[in-house]
Amino acid sequence: MSDLVHDPLNILITGVGGQGNVLASQVLGRALLAAGYVVTVGETYGLSQRGGAVMSMVRVSRDRTMGPLIPENQATAIVSLEPLEALRVLPQYGQPEVVVITNDRPLLPINVISGQSSYPDLADLKAALGQVAGRLLWVPATQAALALGSPILANVVMLGALAASGILPIGLKEIEAGLAQMFPPAKMAPNREALSRGWKMVRS
Amino acid sequence: MADLTKLAPGAAVLLQGNEAIARGALEAGISLAAAYPGNPSSEILESLADSADSAGIHVEWSANEKVALESAAAASFTGLRAMASMKQNGVNVAQDFICNLNISGVRGGLVLVTCDDPSGISSTNEQDARFISRLASLPLLEPATPEECLAMMRFAFELSEAIGNLVVLRSVSRLSHTRAGVVPGELPAGRALPYWDPKTRWFTVPVVPRHQVMLDKLARARSIMAASGFNRYQGPDRPDLLVIASASSALYAAEARRMLDVEGRVGILKLGCTWPLDEDMILSRLEKASHVLFAEEIDPFLETEIKALYAQNAPRLGVMNFFGKGSGHLPLIGEMTPGKLAGAMAGILGLSWLPVAKDYRLQATQLAQGMAAPRDLAFCPGCPHRASYWTIKQTLAVDGRQGIVSGDIGCYTLGLHPTGFERVNSVHCMGSGLGVASGLGQLKKLGFKQPVVCVVGDSTFFHAALPGLINARWNRSDYVLVVLDNSATAMTGFQPHPGTGVTATGQPGVAVDVESFCRAIGLPAQVVDPYDLGAAQEALYDALQQPDGLRVLIFRRVCALVQGRRGGHPWRMSVDEKLCRGEDCGCHRYCTRVFRCPGLVFDEARGRAAIDEVVCVGCGVCAQICPAGAIKAQAKEDAA
Repeated sequence: MSDLVHDPLNILITGVGGQGNVLASQVLGRALLAAGYVVTVGETYGLSQRGGAVMSMVRVSRDRTMGPLIPENQATAIVSLEPLEALRVLPQYGQPEVVVITNDRPLLPINVISGQSSYPDLADLKAALGQVAGRLLWVPATQAALALGSPILANVVMLGALAASGILPIGLKEIEAGLAQMFPPAKMAPNREALSRGWKMVRS
Repeated sequence: MADLTKLAPGAAVLLQGNEAIARGALEAGISLAAAYPGNPSSEILESLADSADSAGIHVEWSANEKVALESAAAASFTGLRAMASMKQNGVNVAQDFICNLNISGVRGGLVLVTCDDPSGISSTNEQDARFISRLASLPLLEPATPEECLAMMRFAFELSEAIGNLVVLRSVSRLSHTRAGVVPGELPAGRALPYWDPKTRWFTVPVVPRHQVMLDKLARARSIMAASGFNRYQGPDRPDLLVIASASSALYAAEARRMLDVEGRVGILKLGCTWPLDEDMILSRLEKASHVLFAEEIDPFLETEIKALYAQNAPRLGVMNFFGKGSGHLPLIGEMTPGKLAGAMAGILGLSWLPVAKDYRLQATQLAQGMAAPRDLAFCPGCPHRASYWTIKQTLAVDGRQGIVSGDIGCYTLGLHPTGFERVNSVHCMGSGLGVASGLGQLKKLGFKQPVVCVVGDSTFFHAALPGLINARWNRSDYVLVVLDNSATAMTGFQPHPGTGVTATGQPGVAVDVESFCRAIGLPAQVVDPYDLGAAQEALYDALQQPDGLRVLIFRRVCALVQGRRGGHPWRMSVDEKLCRGEDCGCHRYCTRVFRCPGLVFDEARGRAAIDEVVCVGCGVCAQICPAGAIKAQAKEDAA
């Protein structure tokens, strides 16, 4: 077991219902448990398929059982499958050192579609995230997923980016083993490719 | 879900709280499990259904929670172990039976699992179902971790058999939907054959002496629970502050204590057995503290009962200070968090504490408030309910008599929100839409001139709508019932229901269809495809114009997510920019402003509507609302 950059390591995964948030947190949880850590994965869903914001919390310790909620302003990293959702959680969970890794593809809320609210300009949003994140990784994950044939792979691309960020005590191989617990062998090839693209987007 | 009988005993595996509850029941040797779906409880029965074949047990989705518990009790009367699981609202549905079963008692271990939903994450209320233990004098267990879920389920069946009564285990959303490492135990080798000696009877009379028997059982439970090891104290012998906590709140309290660096000053009494109270243990801790903080979700249940226990012993204990929801140190609403507890502890101990520097929080809050528009809940792209509510909204507008829509529980509850055009006027509990409509439909003779439409989903129809429907028919109530039949219990994860004709384990059952039921009580029901807006609007308009009586329409179209799994929708949508009227359409962007499908957006740069191909599923409905004919539906095969 490697040391953790912080114990407990608090990884918040956020996004919109239907983006594969819960699956990403489960893959991470399984991989970390296999590596010998004490893992708690808290999932928020229920209305998750109904276009609302969805959060999962992955908490990792070498020796302590953690509650399912990350305490206020104690996220080590925020992985966001949608850029506005990253900003939304920062007041409650962010702290000056937090690493924010976000997909750059907006999913418009219906209140934006209807014209009642507006979605910020992406450059402004990126700048705002940069102001309150200790480190910001802006990842074109949906674009990479579309190139692989399916936008739903964006969550796995983001896991690759998270692995590349240096936050995790495990690497791509362990995450891939976590994925293999969730998917039949026939579906592993695009998942492996998505992981590796996510990694490369951060490391190159 | 997965077959939980395949887990290897002794090897840690990541299990959800709900899966751990199910595995615990399997290890306890249950023979029958029944439930009605409802978040956050659904995965318990789903994982048992996936394990049913291997375990050789009966697992069913029942028509409602009361029937589920009654079925489980039947198995118990024959000597088998059984369980029923439900969300907090389900306990209300089952309550009448519970408040008689507690007097009759049980034979084989019988456990009721309630999964409560602090903050109402996926509920219409924030109800603390622990009340049922207090009300019905039943033992109550509150696990804090998935590991405890498993251990407490095993214990719950032993306890139930030892006292001969129902035992309640209470989870909450955060636990039911939390995954953590769990070490499974062994599964039992065999089980007894069910047998009911015809000379034995399960009943409640004479009530008064049997009420005493029930209380004696509870007293027996108190001593068994005290020896269970689920109540633990951790901290200094004489703490400056004693925290009495249950479930996840005990973990949050431990974390808050660490964050404040007061582990030497604060003790935590974690109660896993929360009714009846282990009075001796609690009093022994109260003797060594003068300041007590209660940490629990949702109502001040322990807080109220332990204060009462203190009052009984006050002459001996002397003056004590109690903090919690009663004192205002913790909120009465919403779920508990480590930060709320840290704030309360800091306040009591006279420490200053902030989760993060004030400036940081202020800056992040200002940025988020300035930029992060709220994300309204929305029907999924292609959802038949969007089309149905469009029809209801348009038709009631054309009708012009200020029609009222009585709503019910399911995905279509979102008809209250902009995604359903805020076209629902009332929502309460399962089936209450039909009761409310039944009453409204009687008011014409008192001068009520507005037409009444009631919407109900197919699963809810079978769960609790039938008495309301029969009542309306019997008493000649005047309204239009629209059954929004998407052929699934969609809100809770697509479980089958009586109308689907498939059982929880995927076996063929006998389909009970809505229209046959209506026909049997003399109501012809017209079936309409809600995707066909013209036909649906015509059918609803005609029904509204009929003079009086109950009329039934069935808007039948499978849930869009289910359709997605079955190969998807047929159309590739596009917008003809030459035809699109853009800003000027229907007093400003008619389709996106009013219809609000996540897949149909407005391209600001081009000033035209556009399809978001990542989101759109191709249901084709929006093509029917475009007044300019600019939204095109092309068959996917042709487009490819």
